[in-house]
Amino acid sequence: MGTIIKDYSYTPAKIKRGYSGKSLYINLSDLRIEQKEITEFMKEKFTGGKGFDLWYLWHAVTPETRWDSPENEIVMSVGPLGGITQYAGTGKTLLCSISPLTDIPIDSNVGGYFGPLLKFSGWDAFELQGKSEKEILIFIDGNNGRIQIEEAEEYPEDTHLLAEELTKKYAENEDDMVNVSVVCSGSGAKHSYLGMLNFSFYDPRRKVCRFKQAARGGLGTILHDKKVKALVVKYRGVKPNLNDAADISTINKVGVKYHKEVHDLDHKQNKMRQIGTANTVMIMSQYDLLPTRNFQTGGDPEAVKISPEVFINEWLTQGLHDGCWYGCTMSCAKCADHFLITTGPYAGQRVTVDGPEYECAAGLGANLGVFDPQAILEENFYCDTYGIDLISFATCTAFIMECYQRGQITREQMGGLDLRFGNSQAVLELMHQISRGEGFGRIAGLGIRKLKKIFVEEFGADPKLLQDIGMEVKGLEYSEYAHKESLAQQGGFAMATKGPQHDEAWLIFMDMVNKQIPTFEDKANALYYFPMFRTWFGLVGLCKLPWNDLVPADNYKTDSPAKVPEHVQNYVDLFNAVTGKHIDNEELILQSERVYQFQRVFSVRMGKGERKDDYPPYRSLGPVSREEYLSRQELYDKQLRELQKLDPETMDLDEKIAATRRYREDQYEQLMDAVYRRRGWTENGIPTPERLKAIGMDLPELLEVIEPKL
Amino acid sequence: MIKVNTEDYPWHAGMTVRNLLDEKQFTFRHIIVRVNGEFVPEEDYEKWLIQDGDDVLVLHLMAGG
Ligand code: SF4
Repeated sequence: MGTIIKDYSYTPAKIKRGYSGKSLYINLSDLRIEQKEITEFMKEKFTGGKGFDLWYLWHAVTPETRWDSPENEIVMSVGPLGGITQYAGTGKTLLCSISPLTDIPIDSNVGGYFGPLLKFSGWDAFELQGKSEKEILIFIDGNNGRIQIEEAEEYPEDTHLLAEELTKKYAENEDDMVNVSVVCSGSGAKHSYLGMLNFSFYDPRRKVCRFKQAARGGLGTILHDKKVKALVVKYRGVKPNLNDAADISTINKVGVKYHKEVHDLDHKQNKMRQIGTANTVMIMSQYDLLPTRNFQTGGDPEAVKISPEVFINEWLTQGLHDGCWYGCTMSCAKCADHFLITTGPYAGQRVTVDGPEYECAAGLGANLGVFDPQAILEENFYCDTYGIDLISFATCTAFIMECYQRGQITREQMGGLDLRFGNSQAVLELMHQISRGEGFGRIAGLGIRKLKKIFVEEFGADPKLLQDIGMEVKGLEYSEYAHKESLAQQGGFAMATKGPQHDEAWLIFMDMVNKQIPTFEDKANALYYFPMFRTWFGLVGLCKLPWNDLVPADNYKTDSPAKVPEHVQNYVDLFNAVTGKHIDNEELILQSERVYQFQRVFSVRMGKGERKDDYPPYRSLGPVSREEYLSRQELYDKQLRELQKLDPETMDLDEKIAATRRYREDQYEQLMDAVYRRRGWTENGIPTPERLKAIGMDLPELLEVIEPKL
Repeated sequence: MIKVNTEDYPWHAGMTVRNLLDEKQFTFRHIIVRVNGEFVPEEDYEKWLIQDGDDVLVLHLMAGG
């Protein structure tokens, strides 16, 4: 037990209609703890969750603030629906901070118990500012209204050990362990910009701490830099109406209807209860969307070795409840129990591995050319316990591997690591090096944008090639979907506010297969509606998966099945039932747009968020190399004939690649114009004062940022 | 010739919805099929005959997590 250096008492606020009305502020530099009021203005303009986070962050930082500036904050909030237990996916916490990878606000959502327990402890939001001198942990006791800051140097660093020790320490007995949740990172976050945050939930059946990750953008790196080893909350007494809902019977009714759908339909649809999000690996490969060997191709015959059936039959425990918050019958947080580790500091030990989720199997598997489920699970375990965002790690490592295989960097420059595609042992060793802060690991964890600079300036690599194959935009690595044949998704990634993560829009099937959005205007409409709608989950505390990873049996009869209208109505009903307000579908989109446009202006304020920042690497748009062109020659030749009226028979391969590139880059420019118009932005990507006024966001501080840019 | 998701596709006599899905390698389970606007239930895929000139929609319902 470390020395307690701060002890603070408070009276936990009672939650009313989804809000406690209070937020917690802790300054680590001077150990100041304060309470702030959640104002009506905040609820009106920002709703909650990411909205509250961004509003607080805006006031904490200046345009000069960088990720490691003391004034940078990690802010988290669960939103007004967070913590209800009658519907699936109601425990998501949203976090924001200025990212070490992008220098602009990052947002990341995460399950686990911390957010809801924090709210039930009286806090709608939590701001962490300043930097501690010594390594500390913060403990929030929500039943007794107490916050303690404790020195924490002697605790272990890696997540699976640290969370278990802290859960035991703060629980009174075994039954009490479900009431404790820990947020922490790991040794990898200390030595890289890829650090993520693990949020724990105790699994009483397996008797282990399980984890969900706030993965994107380096949040774990920031927590480490602030010298915070862990945040711990404890709240005993979770029950159905802690949110003081205005209309509990509607919540119960909507919940029962949804749970019945899960029971009746999940096994016929996406099998989320059996395999979770990794159910799509083979589908992605069959539709040419599984990123393989640094996004060069969209699938591989070997993908069958990492198919859902392999994980279900050989690795993942079946039949146990795997919800990451109470009441989630979708129960997709699968895991491999008693998994034997073969490398690194935990070799020989048996552990529980949370996953693999789709991004893991696709990123640490296919994108690295690793088609070995055991290796993928071990990579998954180490990313989690070291606190490394596996998406950024995977995309970064895939880039390094391609640079190596194309002769842009040498084995010696990588400290002897033989990082060729498929070498999972070298991948694991790279992770261990990042964890130890040694060798090539010190460079590899800086993210693709910084790696490009180092490889060019120090290793003499070709800047144009690296620009084409380095899968990042705004400094953030792409998530794991190949998308060369979907123009809409190219925009969905590269025009996403925080960087290329698919949580704003996933339009590949609508665009590429269904051909539902053929024109630029159609695509722009989709790139308006879906990012706005999807933003809303992060405002209110909900998980997106129950929205569209299961659809009602008669969804096909609706006008817009991709929107899953019945589930959207469920959300409107839930919001109204908790808060007592009377929103409709349009108001829901408006709530989102206010925050969406705010975040764009925030990025502009921090020096990104203009047209120049929305360009993808060419690998996103089309074939960079001869091999890529040849792998789909028939398709590309056909496009030359039909779209450009060229005769591929009269062209050599390089001419065909160049013509394809010219066409696709021009298409992307036209898409940008259409999307910017639809979103109410100038040609340069700046939200216009008129648009801000129309949605009630013409706040003086926003106008001050955009006016010089108009 | 028929239309499949707005694009021309060659037709052959005796073509069922199931044949079409197999030929196009539409392996995703979670789809909606409409022929000339009419919904085709999954249990009819084997016996539903597609006629020359039909307009077939195969909507893949996936919108990513
Ligand atoms: S659907 Fe999966 S990720 Fe979402 S809340 Fe449920 S268990 Fe967690």
